[in-house]
Amino acid sequence: MSPSDDQALPGTIFDESAILSIKDLSRMCSVDERHIVEFVEEGVLNVVTVSSEWRFTGDALRRARLALRLERDLELNLAGVALAVELLEELAQLRRELGAKR
Amino acid sequence: MEFKDYYKVMGVARDATEAQIKQAYRKLARKYHPDVSKEKDAEARFKEVGEAYEVLKSPEKRAAYDQLGKDYRPGQDFRPPPNWDSGFEFSGAGQGDESYSDFFDSLFGAQARAGRGRRGEAHPGRGQDHHAKVLLDLQASLNGGTRSFTLRMPEIDAEGRLVSKERTLNVQVPKGILPGQQIRLAGQGEPAHGNGTAGDLYIEVEFQPDPLYRVDGRDLYLELPVAPWEAALGATVKTPTPGGNVELKIPAGSHAGSKLRLKGRGIPASQPGDFYVVLQIALPPANDEKAKAAYAALAAALPFNPRASLGV
Repeated sequence: MSPSDDQALPGTIFDESAILSIKDLSRMCSVDERHIVEFVEEGVLNVVTVSSEWRFTGDALRRARLALRLERDLELNLAGVALAVELLEELAQLRRELGAKR
Repeated sequence: MEFKDYYKVMGVARDATEAQIKQAYRKLARKYHPDVSKEKDAEARFKEVGEAYEVLKSPEKRAAYDQLGKDYRPGQDFRPPPNWDSGFEFSGAGQGDESYSDFFDSLFGAQARAGRGRRGEAHPGRGQDHHAKVLLDLQASLNGGTRSFTLRMPEIDAEGRLVSKERTLNVQVPKGILPGQQIRLAGQGEPAHGNGTAGDLYIEVEFQPDPLYRVDGRDLYLELPVAPWEAALGATVKTPTPGGNVELKIPAGSHAGSKLRLKGRGIPASQPGDFYVVLQIALPPANDEKAKAAYAALAAALPFNPRASLGV
């Protein structure tokens, strides 16, 4: 049974609609801005520069949180985190393709 | 409450060095980390390992635990003696969101919670954001619509204990959401403290496997079985698409793997994905005399070597 529409919460696609500053992102991840800068320098997070300020898309929130979990729980260094995040995304993509073929 | 043998959980000896404990943790964490592992019970195992490590890596906690553990066997009913931890000083606390077992909470709960509460202070009044993951059907992304999700939220109750609370949310799924993306629900995170604002809820989406369509970015793929003569001679066949059945024209001379594109009929967006039909040749069974005769006649009529490309 599908619930009725009038009482449903309106959801937005965060990944596309959101534009985040480094301040937003560091607050949302509860970490120092310095930590976000390190992620950018290591290539974990993509960034565009708008009038000399960094801007992130909403998708950076998911990546940053994943990177922080890996860093904390697996005690990885930055380069290890960057590699793991990249490989995990590739793996997720391959699993999606595989899953649909089964 | 059962006594937990943290040494057994980590697979280390009772006299293991700090280095050995760290090594064991890293190995187990890589194996069971929910972001990395596909083991069935990864999340539960990872929590167990994290809890064991939380105790054994800290000299104070480990000493307290060893002192207490002398008289207990794993699984034995356990009741902490009053003031059991007097004489031990606890520094730091788990900084994660993990919820530990009742056993852990009864030993270290108060200290761990105290550390946790301090986190939000940089932004007084604002509730923490919450994050969750859900499985969504492809139809919800294609057409939008309302879905109801049941989420388990960790909460600190009146006594300061971490409890898991269930709630069901009806959500208007935004059209065109892709696997791996997040739906934001403003104000649905932790409630505000005092005059602040509530946190937001982020729901990361993964698609349930669809019985018909494969998703690749915004494009959809359908494997469509056709008869050999439909592929060879061309035909118009009925084909399911997300928007309903269509009559699809198969060009003459098609073969297995031929791709036909229906532009813009994939996942919606300002630049929507495409819908691809990939042909599969389905062979009629040769299980009666008539069918066998038809195959024999075809063989006689056509000089055809399907293995020519293999050089045999």
